[in-house]
Amino acid sequence: MNGLTFDIAHLLAGSLVLVSFMMLYQDRLFALINVFALHAVVLALSVAWQAYIQDAHHLYITAAIALVFKAIVIPVGLHRIIQRLGIHRDIETAVGIGPTMLAGIGLVTLSMVLMLRVTPEADPLAREDLAFALSIILLGLLVMVTRRNAVSQVVGFMSLENGLVLAATGAKGMPLVVEISVAFSILIAFIVIGVFLFRIRERFDSVDVGALDDYRGERR
Amino acid sequence: MTAFSFDAVAAILFIPAAAAAILAALPNYRMTAVVNVIASLLTLLAALSLLVTERPAPGQYLIVDDLNIVFIVLNTFVGFTTSVFSASYIAHELETGRLTAPNLRFYHAMYQIMMFGMNLAFVSNNIGLMWVAVELATLTTVLMVGIYRTHEALEAAWKYFILGSVGIALALFGTILVYMAAQPVVGEGTNAMVWSVLIEKAAHFDPALLSVAFIFLLLGYGTKVGLAPLHAWLPDAHAEGPTPISAVLSGLLLNVALYAVLRFKLLLAASPEAIGPGPLMATMGLTSLIFAAFMLYRRRDIKRLFAYSSIEHMGIIVFAFGMGGPLANFAGLLHMVMHSLTKSAIFFAVGHIAQVKGTQKISEIKGLTESHPGLGWALVIGVVAIAGLPPLGIFMSEFLVVSSTFARHPLLAIPLVFGLLIAFGALLLRLTSLAFGEPRGGTAPVEASYAPMYSHLALVFAAGIYLPAPLVAWFQHVAGILG
Repeated sequence: MNGLTFDIAHLLAGSLVLVSFMMLYQDRLFALINVFALHAVVLALSVAWQAYIQDAHHLYITAAIALVFKAIVIPVGLHRIIQRLGIHRDIETAVGIGPTMLAGIGLVTLSMVLMLRVTPEADPLAREDLAFALSIILLGLLVMVTRRNAVSQVVGFMSLENGLVLAATGAKGMPLVVEISVAFSILIAFIVIGVFLFRIRERFDSVDVGALDDYRGERR
Repeated sequence: MTAFSFDAVAAILFIPAAAAAILAALPNYRMTAVVNVIASLLTLLAALSLLVTERPAPGQYLIVDDLNIVFIVLNTFVGFTTSVFSASYIAHELETGRLTAPNLRFYHAMYQIMMFGMNLAFVSNNIGLMWVAVELATLTTVLMVGIYRTHEALEAAWKYFILGSVGIALALFGTILVYMAAQPVVGEGTNAMVWSVLIEKAAHFDPALLSVAFIFLLLGYGTKVGLAPLHAWLPDAHAEGPTPISAVLSGLLLNVALYAVLRFKLLLAASPEAIGPGPLMATMGLTSLIFAAFMLYRRRDIKRLFAYSSIEHMGIIVFAFGMGGPLANFAGLLHMVMHSLTKSAIFFAVGHIAQVKGTQKISEIKGLTESHPGLGWALVIGVVAIAGLPPLGIFMSEFLVVSSTFARHPLLAIPLVFGLLIAFGALLLRLTSLAFGEPRGGTAPVEASYAPMYSHLALVFAAGIYLPAPLVAWFQHVAGILG
């Protein structure tokens, strides 16, 4: 593998981590969704680049799905939902931005140390992809736990899935069945979430998951 | 002969899938309930035929071996009895207006898709396919948990969905890591995800990578098993969904996730330099057991009480498999079967109890053995069984777990027995108020078939008295495979 192709792959995967960080400090829903769309675009580029250097044409499909579905369809849909629900006010982050960013840095360090240590013999590209992917997964989890709003938890979950796609494409020659399944799972997951959001909207006047906590079974 | 046995595998997948399509199209709810029962029965028969027919050679996607047959037969059996219970339960829900006819259509179709997902997870030889199947089964149960659309049901479904998704995401990452570890040895492509190929060559995999992969898989699938501290979804999902779903969640879906963990445990055990999976599993199991045992005391909702009891028992099972060795594995396997049968029987009883009393609150249900002797005594037998009293089956399996622990790691037996006793106390405490004393709550007669719960309890009772030699030999063989 020559230096340039490696560097580009590295750059794209690294940018994905960077965009994940950008998600951490967005305090408005629309901004968060726009950053997610950017995340999906970078993912699409990264997957397409992998498809090119691995000469694996089926990966272009995954890239196309990421671009069309995650970067366009879902963000537009979420914008609509937010407008319809009238919740385009600030996100109540459960934890402040400063501690969240510090936690994010800690998680990225952790995943770098862990993945680079256990994969000394693997192909260097796959190895760094895995380290980046784990960072993105952990940052996605962090977004999910620091937000209380249902829509932003969904966004956090989808960015987490982006990390999984990055890992799956980085693993050379991974069978197509998995990529399709990932794409499908996102589709299904989105439908499920959509259903839930509307149901929640039907029953409550808020999509703040915190409101749901009042109905803990044991307090009845 | 070979052609026929291949049909059996295809049948346990095809029947639920076809039934789901039919059920989604049928408008009449009485007919759908009957079709649901028939489809489940046919699936059970197909699964039983696996026992006697010749097994197909493992392919790239499907496999039938000694390990998964135990799970498949158990799964389809409880699936069938639950469909019988579900038919009478659902009829009552329709009368009281908690569910509508379109809800039911959806419910029955989902029930069969869930059975399809679980059966697929058991027969899949491909770790990617297995992941897809587990996810499918999970998503269908999420939808069914939320079917009442009340505050509590939505909260439960949402929590289950979010925690479940995080769990499956971690499991997928673990699956990718296993592929990465396998790829230099097995080569690129589908073969590096085929379990029967992986297990042969696992000794040459990079041990560090495989170890990290297992941690992700254990956390991911462990969320589904309901191991503490990843169990938060489980009590809510059990309490707020329809009771037949609580029964299959506890009796079956937890087993599916456990099965996935066991498959990967075998893979890890075949690689001598990787970390031992045993201590990790034993620790998580023991933590879940003790945690759930204490949580049992403060439950006020009857379904939540038994949900925590499921966490406790999954803890015992995971602990037993974590200990490893022929005796502990045998005990774990037996305990799993006994727990599935007993816990689903308890949920059958609880479902009818909640319907006749019109509440799930423990404080408002009293004196069941007087007001509803059939239900009350079923609950008594079930709780006595689940608490681990002789002569029922769970006593025997728990006894085996404890004695094998004493033999190998006597110190671990102390927290184990401690947890068992705490849980035992809590369950009997609740049972006395539920089953005996002055009856309280509704006294309407039960329109239910007792057959599903009493058949389960009879099996558990029979197993406690006498285990047939072929069954013992079979389980011993499987325990041997589990290493």
